Amino acid sequence: MSGYLLPAIIAGSTIAVACGIVGWFIVLRSQVFAADALSHFAFTGAIAGLVIGISPQLGVFGCTIACGALLAAIAGRTLADDLTIGIGVTWVLGLGVLALAILSRNGNEGTGAATALFGSINTLTGVDAVIAASIAAVVIGVIAVIGRPLLYASLNPVAAHARGVPVRLLNALAFIALATVVAEATQALGALLLLALIAAPAGAAHHLAHRPAAGIGIAAGIGIASVWVGLAISYCMPTLPASSAIATVAAAAFAAAALIATLRRSPARRARRHSVITHTH
Amino acid sequence: MAGESHHTGSPSALVRVSHGTVVRGTSTIWSDLNLEVFPGEFTAILGPNGSGKSTLLQVLLGRMPLAGGSAEVIGAAPGARRADIGYLPQHRAITAAERIRAIDIVGLGLTGARWGFRIPGTGTAEARRERAQIHEALDLVGASHYAQRAFGELSGGEQQRILIAQAIVRKPAFLLLDEPLDSLDLPTQASVVALIREVCTHQQIGVLLVAHDVNPLLTALDQVLYIANGHALQGAVDQVITSSQLSALFGMPIEVLTAADGRRVVIGTPDAPHHHGHRHSDGHGHG
Repeated sequence: MSGYLLPAIIAGSTIAVACGIVGWFIVLRSQVFAADALSHFAFTGAIAGLVIGISPQLGVFGCTIACGALLAAIAGRTLADDLTIGIGVTWVLGLGVLALAILSRNGNEGTGAATALFGSINTLTGVDAVIAASIAAVVIGVIAVIGRPLLYASLNPVAAHARGVPVRLLNALAFIALATVVAEATQALGALLLLALIAAPAGAAHHLAHRPAAGIGIAAGIGIASVWVGLAISYCMPTLPASSAIATVAAAAFAAAALIATLRRSPARRARRHSVITHTH
Repeated sequence: MAGESHHTGSPSALVRVSHGTVVRGTSTIWSDLNLEVFPGEFTAILGPNGSGKSTLLQVLLGRMPLAGGSAEVIGAAPGARRADIGYLPQHRAITAAERIRAIDIVGLGLTGARWGFRIPGTGTAEARRERAQIHEALDLVGASHYAQRAFGELSGGEQQRILIAQAIVRKPAFLLLDEPLDSLDLPTQASVVALIREVCTHQQIGVLLVAHDVNPLLTALDQVLYIANGHALQGAVDQVITSSQLSALFGMPIEVLTAADGRRVVIGTPDAPHHHGHRHSDGHGHG
């Protein structure tokens, strides 16, 4: 195994697990658009980091988590609406374009912007991999603690609130967990493609399993598989960037899961319609 | 029916509101509201949209204070015994639940407020007890045979049974149902009402159900609480549901007909959303 592949595998796998788990809740809560918005914030953060002269990674984390917290605060007890998010996204993306203009005036565009947009999983170092694994572990730990009340708050917020579940706090924590995995995934997949690891494995899991624990496990598993298969394909075909190979595998997994769900559902429907008819007689 | 046998002032009342008044901003939603609910008693809260029916539920859940009078729920201040109350809200995030197994939705009623997770294989005795309790609730609402299916694949009536199971899985002393008959067809309404009546009697749960149409409920109820024009009227069905009582409360002619088999039908209550003119406090919180 060549030297650059090991950090890529470690970072990619841990990011994929965190993205799959958080993504399962995001798909459940119909907040994929918010995840997309946060990836734009990550782009602006990376370029702003370069302009200010701090590391783009710090810029990504600072901007994404700050914007995630802001969205969480605006969202309050209900979820932030698409209009607010959409306007926020274009505004922050505008700031990113401004930062890019400043950067290119200083004769410094090119690789920084490309890395922020498309990621560079194969240039990650061992230290990057350890940081990625640590952040993923923290996010997974947080979800393990809040998962059940978060599920209750997502499916039946009014009843959960009446039972004393802190619905507002959980909504905010879900946003911040999402912002964290988005920031982490930017490094590997880039702002344009990271949604592939958040939405596709989780969406596939929702098609394949109705049991929450199973669904979360499947989402994490499909995420890891997408990273491994994607890395392997790009290793064999050096012209194919790893991030686009991973995104393609994840999308294919989602398409396959949707197909399986459709095929599984149609005989079940027929059987049920039959049983309804027999019950009425 | 159980309503007559209870004596007002008996210490076992699950809910007791006396001379309750709720004010929002400068307008009074309702005043001098009296309500008592006993174990095994089925009570409907009725009245036009915006009359403050759901406001009463908020008071009983401890989420809205009374401006006057007093309220007590299961022998304590409202909100203090929230774990002993089963609550089925009117607005539910049904779309989020689409692909989740029905039995897991019921389970959240039991364990949804608990932090952390159980490592598989540990705490098996407790897990077994919880599983048994979930299956008991499913049996009670007659939902066992479709509990393994995704919530979104179920019919409206089946979904409502699952949500009722979620509300009763903790074996609450007291059950609050906000418009549980909404958007159900008539036969399904009748079967859900029959189910609630059965749960109420057999589990000795006190049930408060908010509705805007009394007719599907009439045969099952012990008592009613009508709220209209800022006033409230509580009593047994045959005392309150008469042409003269309802016409006086609503300030408009209302007819109560008695069918050949003794059943009543109420005609003319402003129940649908198209009657905004009679609202006491327009613009302040729907229901």
